[in-house]
Formats: sequence, structure tokens, C-alpha cells
Amino acid sequence: MSAVALSARGLQKSFGSLAVARDINIDLPVGARYALIGPNGAGKTTLINLMTGLLTPNAGQITLGGEDVTALRPQARVKRGLARTFQINTLFAGLNPLEAVTLAVCERRGIADRFWQNIAGNKDAIEEAYGILARLKLGDACYQTTRELPYGRQRLLEIALALATKPKVLLLDEPAAGVPVEESGEIFEVVASLSDELTLLFIEHDMHVVFRFATHIIVLVGGAIFTQGSPAEIAADPGVREVYLGTRKHG
Amino acid sequence: MTTLDASRALTPQAYMQGLSRWQPIEIIFWLATLLPFWLFPTYLSLASQIAITALFALSLDLILGYAGIVSLGHAAFFGFGAYSAGIFSKFAWSEPISGLIAAALLTGLLGYASSFIISRFRHLTLIMITLGLGLLLKEAANSAHWLTGGSDGLQGVSIAPVFGLFKFDLYGRTAYGYSLGVLFIVFLFARRLINSPFGLALRGIRENFVRMPAIGADSRAHIRKVYTISAIVAGIAGALLAQTTQTVALEVLSFERSADVVVMLVLGGAGRLYGGLIGAAVYMIARDQFSGIAPQYWYFWIGALLVMVVTLLPNGILGGLSKLLKRWSRR
Repeated sequence: MSAVALSARGLQKSFGSLAVARDINIDLPVGARYALIGPNGAGKTTLINLMTGLLTPNAGQITLGGEDVTALRPQARVKRGLARTFQINTLFAGLNPLEAVTLAVCERRGIADRFWQNIAGNKDAIEEAYGILARLKLGDACYQTTRELPYGRQRLLEIALALATKPKVLLLDEPAAGVPVEESGEIFEVVASLSDELTLLFIEHDMHVVFRFATHIIVLVGGAIFTQGSPAEIAADPGVREVYLGTRKHG
Repeated sequence: MTTLDASRALTPQAYMQGLSRWQPIEIIFWLATLLPFWLFPTYLSLASQIAITALFALSLDLILGYAGIVSLGHAAFFGFGAYSAGIFSKFAWSEPISGLIAAALLTGLLGYASSFIISRFRHLTLIMITLGLGLLLKEAANSAHWLTGGSDGLQGVSIAPVFGLFKFDLYGRTAYGYSLGVLFIVFLFARRLINSPFGLALRGIRENFVRMPAIGADSRAHIRKVYTISAIVAGIAGALLAQTTQTVALEVLSFERSADVVVMLVLGGAGRLYGGLIGAAVYMIARDQFSGIAPQYWYFWIGALLVMVVTLLPNGILGGLSKLLKRWSRR
């Protein structure tokens, strides 16, 4: 068994009487390609929010590379190599991609508080930002204001911003959400082309995509892990079909 | 930002370099600020007031226009700087530039202390906090009669000639030259700041506060820093007023002053660096003219101007101009 990049131990979270995370235990091995699936309201995004620190769990522990990060604020977790993307575009609408990614690079390098330095002087930070954008096929759009970019490109910029933090673990919350089926493949090609050392967990609804790109699938139902296993095991699991794919007869 | 055809051939580095390059219009603008010496020699006192108010508006632009922090109590720093400079000249010495620096440092301390509260809140709460802090300081200054002169104003401020050469005269020649010089130097600093990595981070906070922690940014630390810098700039503006008028009235801490500077910035265009300068000039000149026509009702016209500008030009005068220019250049 390879080393664990990110793990959750006994995570609990409830809003009032509604339990959105019940005793969740997850281990993401280094270099994993895990998919997180489940019906709407299963608590998938909540789980990502708990792991990245946007929400504080009522109980449980999150470790990143063996280090307990449960008490750390989101930005401190990012600095330790845990990045995420958002299901709903959470971008810098008035900046262009080059500025946005350069900002993320500057934050990672710890130079974003330098008010006395011309940004243009940080040539290698700009170079790095452009490199990330070019890798995600955003090179030709990098001077265009974000809010004017086509939606699919904005989804790619979501990933670019996360990559600029040089993550060890990347949590992708429906990277292709809202993108037409024919374009979603393009986004997952980008995801698939990411470094093997990067540990990935992604939420996705399209089962074709999940079975194609995931090496392991976690099924979340009602805030708890219903089952998990290889794509073949999950595909063959009658319980999963029932809760997730639905057994109702159409017509 | 969307000059696509011109920038496509550029390397990313050259593009970024281009963003901070001086435009001809900027050079014309600064040369034009010298015109009052020859064209309006009888209006130099007003010109000096405009330069000071422009500096104050610039300080607000740094937090409001760039980091999206709305303040309705920014006069606290303006007034604190004014009193610091006035009291400094009374009890220490009257050399203006050291007095200006002393006032800037003192105001910076106040700004730094309050930034710890400011950086924890946003939106309406933040507006109320800044408003409250402003009122608090004004009453404190009012009650500290022994130090500030209270509602009678601070008397006995006397300022030595600038560089030991230029005496503050009745016509405001020295006052305008001095204020304009300080405005220009601080503007150069602000211009560098907004073109720096820190300036980019501020725009990030303005554009998406939620995303900032997700790229590893400590927004609160950024806000503390820019708030302190903004307080220093506002303090310098206040100190300039105290030094050039050689008196300090309680009005420097008033709510009206805080509100006026927001109006000016919105008129001129927030987040554009020149917006505060243009807004201050338009506002001060309009006030001067309107109060000549109807001394008691000039706020009526300011109100009308404000409603007109924000409905017709949502990004202020400068926003409207740049839109016009874009449309014109497309033809």
C-alpha cells in the first residue's frame, strides 16, 4: 500500500438536526484518481468543504501527508498542498486569466505582499503563470477579461488557479459542471493529463466519465459512505444501482 | 485589458510591463495641474484645497476602489493627521516636511491599530464600524479641548517656510505648490502599489473574496496592510490642510467629510487611480460655483450631479470617458 496523501478520520458535521457528514473515513493514496459520487444532497461538496477547511467538522480529523490539519484555516491548508476547484465558477471576474494565475503564483511564492515592486519585474512568476495557462489551452485567451470568457474556458481557469498553488492533493468539485457533454471530455482530458504524483479526488455525475477516469470510486449517500471500490466493483454493485442510478422503471 | 489585436503578439511579460507604462494622457494631466499658477493665480487657494482633497480621495481609492472596503469614517484619519500636524507645529517645531512625516507616522499607527477590527468584517457591518470609529474620534477631539481647542478649533499653528525658502503666502502659491508636490509624490507611490503583486492581490480581494483563501491568500493580512497605508495617505492629506491653512477646525473629523470623499470617488470612478483626483476636482469646483449661485442650497446640485453620474455613468466620469474612447477608437 502506498503512502496516504490525504485522509479523513471519523468526520462528522451537522447543521442543526441535519447530519451532512456521518463518520466519514477516507484515505487518498499518493497519485490516486478517486471519484466521489452520490445523489444530489449526499454531502459531496460538504465533504470537500470540510477537507479544505471552509467548514469546521463537529468531530473527526483531517490529515495531509500525515500532518493533522484539522485546526488550520483554508489558506494554510493550501500552503501545505491541498487545493480545490469550485462547482460554481469562483473566479476573479474582472481580472484576466494571466493576472489571476499570476496572483495565485505570487501568493504561493509568498511575494504577494510586496507593494513596492512592479509586478512586471517578477518575470519568472509571470512565465510560470503563462505556462500553466498554456498547458490548459488558455494561452490565447490569457489577456481576455475572465467574465468575457466562454463558460468552458472558465471551467479550465478554475483548474488553472488551483494548479498555480502547486498542490499535492487536488479536489475537483464537478470540474465539467454545466459544460455540454461534447466539451466535458476535453476538460477531463486535461484532468487526466495532470502529473501522476498529484493526488486527485473529483466529484462527477456523468458515469461514463467516472468509469473512464477514476481508479477507485467512493459512493456517498445521506452524508455517509455507502460503499467504495474499483469501477468494476461499483458497476456490479446492485445496491449502488438502487440508491444512485435508481431502479424505478421509466415509462 | 481587451486590446486583443495589439497584445496577441506580446509575450506575457511585455504585456504586464505595458500595464504599468506611463500613458501620454497621464503626462498631460500632470502638466495641466501646473496651469493654475498662470491661468488662475487668484484661485490658488482653491487649487490647493483640490490637491489636498484629491490626495484624501486617493487614500480612499486604495481601500474602496482596489480592495472593495467601504468606509464611511475615513475622515478619522484625515482629521487625525490634521491635528497631529497642527499640534506638532505648536509643541515641537514648525518645519513643515518633518511635521508632515510625523503626522503620517502617527496616523499610520492609528490605522494599523484599527485595521485589526476592520479586517475581520465586511459589507454593512464594516460600514457601521468605520462610521462609529469616525464619530468616536470626533467626539474625543471635541472633548479634549486642552489639546485640540475643541469646537473653537486649534489655534496658534504656525508653519515655517517650505525648505526654508517658500513662505506660506496669502494667495496660496506656496500652499498649492507644496500640496501638489506632495500629491504627486504620494501618487507615484500609489501607482507603484497598484501595479505591484500586492496591488494584484487587492484586486483579487475585490473581485472574489471567497476565492482568495483557496489560492492560499491571507486576505486579512492584505487588508490590514492596505488599510494602514490608506490611513497614512489620508493622514498626510489632513496634515497638508492643517499646514497650508495654519489652523485645524473640528470639521476635519466630520461625517460630512467622510461622506463627501466617497461621493467624489464615485463621481470620478473608483478603482482607477485618477478617479479620486478627477472626482475631487469636479466636486470642489462644482461646490465653489454652486455655492456662488445659491449659498444655502449647493448640496442640492451636488445631489443632482451624483444621481446623474451614477445612473448614467456607473463607473464614474473616468469609466464613462474610457467607454467613449473605446467606442471612438473602434470606428
